[in-house]
Amino acid sequence: MSPPITRGFFGRRSDVDPSRVPPGQYLTHDFPVLSYGPTPHTPLDEWTFTIDGAVDGGSSWTWDELMALPQEMFMVDIHCVTKWSKLDTTWRGVSLDTLLERVDTEAEYVTAWSDGGYTTNVPLADLTDGKAWIAHEFAGEPLAPEHGGPARLVVPHLYFWKSAKWVRGLTLTLEDEPGFWEVNGYHDYGDPWREQRYQGD
Amino acid sequence: LTTRAPLRWEVARVLEARAETATARTLVLDIPGWHGHRAGQHIDVRLTAPDGYQAERSFSLASAPTVDAPAITIERIDDGEVSPYLTEVVVEGDELEVRGPIGGPFTWTVRDGGPLLLVAGGSGLVPLMSMLRHRAREASTIDTRALISVRTPADAMYRAELLELGPRDGLDVRWTYTRAPAPEPGGWSGRVDAEKLAALGPGPEASPRAFICGPTGFVETVANLLVDAGHDPGRIRTERFGPV
Repeated sequence: MSPPITRGFFGRRSDVDPSRVPPGQYLTHDFPVLSYGPTPHTPLDEWTFTIDGAVDGGSSWTWDELMALPQEMFMVDIHCVTKWSKLDTTWRGVSLDTLLERVDTEAEYVTAWSDGGYTTNVPLADLTDGKAWIAHEFAGEPLAPEHGGPARLVVPHLYFWKSAKWVRGLTLTLEDEPGFWEVNGYHDYGDPWREQRYQGD
Repeated sequence: LTTRAPLRWEVARVLEARAETATARTLVLDIPGWHGHRAGQHIDVRLTAPDGYQAERSFSLASAPTVDAPAITIERIDDGEVSPYLTEVVVEGDELEVRGPIGGPFTWTVRDGGPLLLVAGGSGLVPLMSMLRHRAREASTIDTRALISVRTPADAMYRAELLELGPRDGLDVRWTYTRAPAPEPGGWSGRVDAEKLAALGPGPEASPRAFICGPTGFVETVANLLVDAGHDPGRIRTERFGPV
């Protein structure tokens, strides 16, 4: 059943290729901020990034060690569940392929966790093969704290709440364990092209 | 895994449309199957053009959670796509697709207790108003301080109703005007700062539950001020919005 026409609404069409804007999204040139709490500020000399959980021996990197890994520049479109999309965003960071290179695991899921207590769940397969990064620069500048700096996960093919700000580690899990927004009614997977905003979508 | 029934789109009818300020308007809705909400939650609204083009946006519920018909208040953004339609075109009897309620962390009920510290920038007051209406409906006397930052007195939505609610029964609501002198004696003008927050209280030693809602820069500033003043970041909830 097609949705009812809204009397008197005509809308504005953006002049971009509609194949780049998922259903229900609108384009923004700003970079809106959405976080459920205050912005954490962890000094870089106390910062570490850890991979643990269902792995044979975890790994941990200091900030300097992360910076010493191969860095990638990447340009991606991002889609927030609050309906905005932003095209051609440029980032710099370390591919998850690099960080997961030596990890031997049976796990199929990952819980990303952050300063401030935030968590989000992502299938491991969605973080590999060039699909995800730990990013620390946005548009050529160090990533601002309100946007997740010093470093955030970037998984651009899923709604952007999966791209955990202030990320400090990944815990590999055998089962899918819903994270912060996911237990609050948001979708476990979050594919913008299938408009998986909420549980049951 | 948690499993929930899908949030279905429902066709809501506009029961009432009333101006709150020159740029903000409340729409009271009749939503089939509505079972109430938690104060602080929002709904999604979906508009469909004749050619099938759709626009979706989220709007906070302003009404008390259970008793009233659900109501949203929309601030018109001049270059917005959806807010000008909802504030200027919609009339009573029109139908809109909606779904919800949505949102978990930015909610409060009297059962959560207090004290409560509410800080609003502009139309960021909307979800906090649902909390204040809920508190009033429950005849709660939970220590509640609210600070509302607006440009001028004419931009202060729900002002008459808030002046009826307090100051009494543990409620203290104050405004600060960023582009005009305060109309009330002893009222505040200028941006929210550490001094105003300290004068408002409650201080960090009282461990209030803080809810901050407004434009991004406003929320970032106020949240940082509260953390710097010693408030537990874990008791501060934020909701930020940009133009819609």
